Amino acid sequence: MSELEPPLARDGDRFALRLSGEDRDLLRALCGQLRDLLHDPDPVSDPAIARLFPPAYPEDPLRNLDFERQAGSELHADRLAAVDVVDTSLAADHLTEDEALAWLASVNGLRLVLGTRLDVTEETTEADYPEGDPDGDAFAMYLFLTWLEAGIVDALSSE
Amino acid sequence: MTTPAPPVRAVTAPVEVRRPVGDEAVETDTPWVVIVWNDPINLMSYVTWVFQTLFGYPREKAERLMMDVHTKGKAAVSSGTRSEAERDVARLHAKGLWATMQRDV
Repeated sequence: MSELEPPLARDGDRFALRLSGEDRDLLRALCGQLRDLLHDPDPVSDPAIARLFPPAYPEDPLRNLDFERQAGSELHADRLAAVDVVDTSLAADHLTEDEALAWLASVNGLRLVLGTRLDVTEETTEADYPEGDPDGDAFAMYLFLTWLEAGIVDALSSE
Repeated sequence: MTTPAPPVRAVTAPVEVRRPVGDEAVETDTPWVVIVWNDPINLMSYVTWVFQTLFGYPREKAERLMMDVHTKGKAAVSSGTRSEAERDVARLHAKGLWATMQRDV
């Protein structure tokens, strides 16, 4: 990971994408996993899916069912569409604003999934994953996504 | 919420919020509030950006709401009719924020 330079920088009305080939390959693989997860979601036994589709009415299951019928399928389709946009723009040297927004949505979704699976807290650091820890690689990917998401937010917020 | 360089606070998971037992007939007149709950994953800069872009809040207000979520565990970010609140909750969920809605009390 090349963490010295920000991954995304505003360049006129577009954004220059500065990611190594290795980083792009990693993101492609992670997006593939997110797509698989979205194609076969199990909200009951998978807390990561539950995190991507939270309840609007946590205390009112019936009303929440209504909400999910309307909003849930739209949200599901939007998340899949965003992953597709990332896939088609992964090799690009510039992103449009719409593409950058789709990247942000997908990277955020991936962080929610990985962070939920790893059960991270606000205090979790690399020190919690010593050499040889079976979740060490997953946490390294989480940190990569954190760096990427922070960079996309910075670029989108910049004038 | 968190920052890229990992920080300081304990996780605040969504806790139960009791919706007051109300008369369904007054539902259309009773405002609903949209609550965003703290979570250990979303970045502070991202949450601020979401409040700015989704609601058009100026940066200062967005940052204040983000800090309320971060330090108090939750913040009321918008209010309106039930359908307006549902729309805002859906938009917040699309951004990956943990949002719920309840009748204003």
